[in-house]
Amino acid sequence: MAYEEVKVQTPLYLKILPVLSICAFFGSWEFIVKTGIVPSTMLAAPSEVIKLFIVKLTDPNPDGAVLSQHAWISLKEAGIGYLLSLLVGLPLGLTMGWFTTVRGLFRPVFELIRPIPPIAWIPLCIFWFGIGLWGKVFIIWIAGIVPCVINAWVGVGMTNPTLIQMARTYGASDWQIFTKICVPSALPMVFGALQIALAYCWTNLVGAELLAADQGLGFLISMGRRLALPQMVVLGMVTVGIGGAVIGVLIDAVEKRLLAGIRR
Amino acid sequence: MEKQKNVHNKIVCTDIGKTFIQKGTQQVHVLEKISLEVHDNEFLVILGPGQCGKSTLLRIIAGLETPTEGQAFLDGKLITGPGPDRGLVFQSYMLFAWRTVMGNVEMGPKLNGLPKKECREIAKHYIDLVGLQGFEKHYPHQLSGGMKQRVGIARAYANKPQVMLLDEPFGQLDAQTRLFMEKETERIWQTEKRTVVFVTNNIDEALILGDRIATMTGKLPGKMGPVYKVDFERPREPTDMEFLKLRHQITEASELVL
Repeated sequence: MAYEEVKVQTPLYLKILPVLSICAFFGSWEFIVKTGIVPSTMLAAPSEVIKLFIVKLTDPNPDGAVLSQHAWISLKEAGIGYLLSLLVGLPLGLTMGWFTTVRGLFRPVFELIRPIPPIAWIPLCIFWFGIGLWGKVFIIWIAGIVPCVINAWVGVGMTNPTLIQMARTYGASDWQIFTKICVPSALPMVFGALQIALAYCWTNLVGAELLAADQGLGFLISMGRRLALPQMVVLGMVTVGIGGAVIGVLIDAVEKRLLAGIRR
Repeated sequence: MEKQKNVHNKIVCTDIGKTFIQKGTQQVHVLEKISLEVHDNEFLVILGPGQCGKSTLLRIIAGLETPTEGQAFLDGKLITGPGPDRGLVFQSYMLFAWRTVMGNVEMGPKLNGLPKKECREIAKHYIDLVGLQGFEKHYPHQLSGGMKQRVGIARAYANKPQVMLLDEPFGQLDAQTRLFMEKETERIWQTEKRTVVFVTNNIDEALILGDRIATMTGKLPGKMGPVYKVDFERPREPTDMEFLKLRHQITEASELVL
């Protein structure tokens, strides 16, 4: 008979463990810097980073922008590049999975471009776009499109062949089978792609900004190096980390809602 | 020529043979000289042990496989591929996991391009027929095995096929649910008659449901055994005298161990 989902209570100690591990991590970090085991010129203590964080909330010096502005620039670049890679990568991958003509046309070029690390495009990007927004968007687009195409393609390939045959007995056309059977079957893989592509985009964003930028979190990190301010480097890194985690959680929530009907 | 001869038969198979080629060279001979006739609106059961090629025979009738020898005809026309005139029900349900019960049953009419309202009405009718009213908005994973197979049957019916092909539809169900579903299948079939080809390895199931039982012999290649006419009253009980007599006769004649 039909059943309702039951929520299982997590035991208390499982709730405490993650908090403990975070505390232990930052505690020992603070300890080794403060006691001089690691000199403070090489690594900043968490307390220093927090101090700088508070300063950078309002003070654009010495790198030219407040923290929120850096974060906003990075988010904008990553967001645009990510969306563009989904917009192009998913339809391309899905159609490559079902239509042999599309596969024949795009696969060779795709296989050729796939092994090139996105960062390797930076010099060309600087020629084409300078160090502004669109150069980084291009790098991110390249980074995100690869997992989108592969996952969507594999997802379509995993469609149960009997379902396709059955749709044929219903008199469905190739296009109907694609939209009504293959695409829904591929959805879990497509959502996997959303996560993986986001991780790729975010990592490569920082790489791109390290080399060619005048604003953004990657730029903040490289300025920290140039100015010999380890706390600034760490602040940039932590912000990147938190940003990535938050976006990941958001995508997870969206995925859960959209796939509510499908048991995975 | 064949057309003239088979006017009263819905499905005719003539000397069907099927050989699969595995790993490029290895040949597996699955069916040999299978000849079979299914009458209009008849409930025919194909009974045979596991691995005797009965599912392959059904897939040939469905048009999902092509025979290497012989031919299969539907209404005197050679079967060359799957079509909406034949509805399929699988052992493993094969429901669209991302669609509700309604969505699953509606799929056939929708793909046939019927207007939305009509699809809904047809689907509703068959959901009611299989006794799933109230579960229209449930997803397959929220249903039990028996209910899933009801959806499978409703979905096949909704496409208005002339022939229903069922491949061990209750193989995954427990004994009690199975018996119940057999009764239900009989009721559904009597409400809306169709030509049915029902594949099973269960002799009681065959005796409860079949107008005729075509047996297949075990071990590959599968061959046709004797065909039995089951002419006693429905609904039948496994404890009826006639039931037991025919059951004994069939088990005696075949290597079926059941």
